[in-house]
Amino acid sequence: MILPMVAEGLRFSAGGVEIIRGIDLELRAGGPTLVVGPNGAGKSVLLRLLHGLLAPGAGVVRWAAGDAARRQAMVFQRPVMLRRSVLANAEYPLKLAGIDPARAMAALERVGLAALAGRPARKLSGGEQQRLALARAWAMGPEVLFLDEPTASLDPAATRQVEAIIAAIAAQGTKVVMTSHDLGQARRLAEEVVLVIAGRVNAISPAPDFFERPPTGEAAAFLRGDLLW
Amino acid sequence: MQDIGSAFALAFGLILSGDDGLARIVGLSLRVSLTAVGIAALVGLPLGALLAVARFPGRQALVVALNALMGLPPVVAGLVIYIALSRSGPFGSLGLLFTPTAMVIAQAVLIAPILAALSRQVLEAMWDEYAEQLRSFGAGSWRAVPTLLWDGRFLLTTVLLAGFGRASAEVGAVMVVGGNIEGFTRVMTTAIALETSKGDLPLALALGVVLMAIVLGVNALAQGLRDLAARRGA
Repeated sequence: MILPMVAEGLRFSAGGVEIIRGIDLELRAGGPTLVVGPNGAGKSVLLRLLHGLLAPGAGVVRWAAGDAARRQAMVFQRPVMLRRSVLANAEYPLKLAGIDPARAMAALERVGLAALAGRPARKLSGGEQQRLALARAWAMGPEVLFLDEPTASLDPAATRQVEAIIAAIAAQGTKVVMTSHDLGQARRLAEEVVLVIAGRVNAISPAPDFFERPPTGEAAAFLRGDLLW
Repeated sequence: MQDIGSAFALAFGLILSGDDGLARIVGLSLRVSLTAVGIAALVGLPLGALLAVARFPGRQALVVALNALMGLPPVVAGLVIYIALSRSGPFGSLGLLFTPTAMVIAQAVLIAPILAALSRQVLEAMWDEYAEQLRSFGAGSWRAVPTLLWDGRFLLTTVLLAGFGRASAEVGAVMVVGGNIEGFTRVMTTAIALETSKGDLPLALALGVVLMAIVLGVNALAQGLRDLAARRGA
């Protein structure tokens, strides 16, 4: 088990702008953790730092097991579809990791895309592409799945389908860590909420507490819809 | 010199009758150019892909050099190959000068930088899109190269066809290293140059028509591949 993960003193700058300004965070096994906050708060950069796509300027990310990189996956806001069929997209990371590619079809069935397995992936709708991205990650059997605003560009029907898949992934024991600026989505999915404002963690709280008894003034302001910075 | 009308009539007569001399020249031209494209592709495409994904000291200088080599004058390339293959040159003992093999080498040297530079441009744009996702999958730069080459296959076929077009239309380098020997190293472009200088327009025109047909065919094929790629979301 690669959890718990502990991040200490994370800082990250790009183009002379400090985006992450000293974040300490611990992720434990359990239900989905929703990282919320206003646009530009640093949520997506934080996820990339935790997943290892970006190297922090300072600080460290510690996982409980050494081969954590192979036991986590990430799905992006705009899913990147390889120029291949739906099935070949799902098989690609499995082959790369030396895992039986037969798992790809099972993952496609779970997200309702098995009938489209032979279609070019880039010809799918936005919602179908995001479901394929989730299937591609799910097939890997990750212990931790990072999701960066996976429904940000989707219509309500597609959002509902994607959220159902995310809930199913979490129910099977994968730790989901997901960014969102949609408070309704956080209410629907989150077991734990992390509020990020201006590159810092402002609040960490169980979801019911966060929404019913906001732990900080900024959290209360965020829930009211006030402009925070 | 015949008038233009009778020259065209004779030219089409040669094409329609399947004239042996014409067929031999066209066949050698295609063999030389296709072999050169194949060899240049083996070097140029992986080099282009590597330059698209890798970041190392001197990369920018290499990119600039490749772009500059796209404009390499064929006669200069021919001269360099000529010196290398001549008896006093480093590869003189191989006895390749004035052979089709020398012509293949010259054309490959000419078009390898073109294939590398064009494929780098195509694959760099693809890498911008793929990089984060492939890194998330655990694919490093080396693993990304075959992925990009496969996913960019339709676009790269267009690059290959551009290289073939350049090779088949090239005259300076093959003239210098091939010698334009009848029945041995005479290809379409060198034959057109020779027959025109002799005033034998029908053969020159017939070869010109075939060359234009090949160029048109290559472009039609490239367009067809682009359409196919668009339909398949590639």
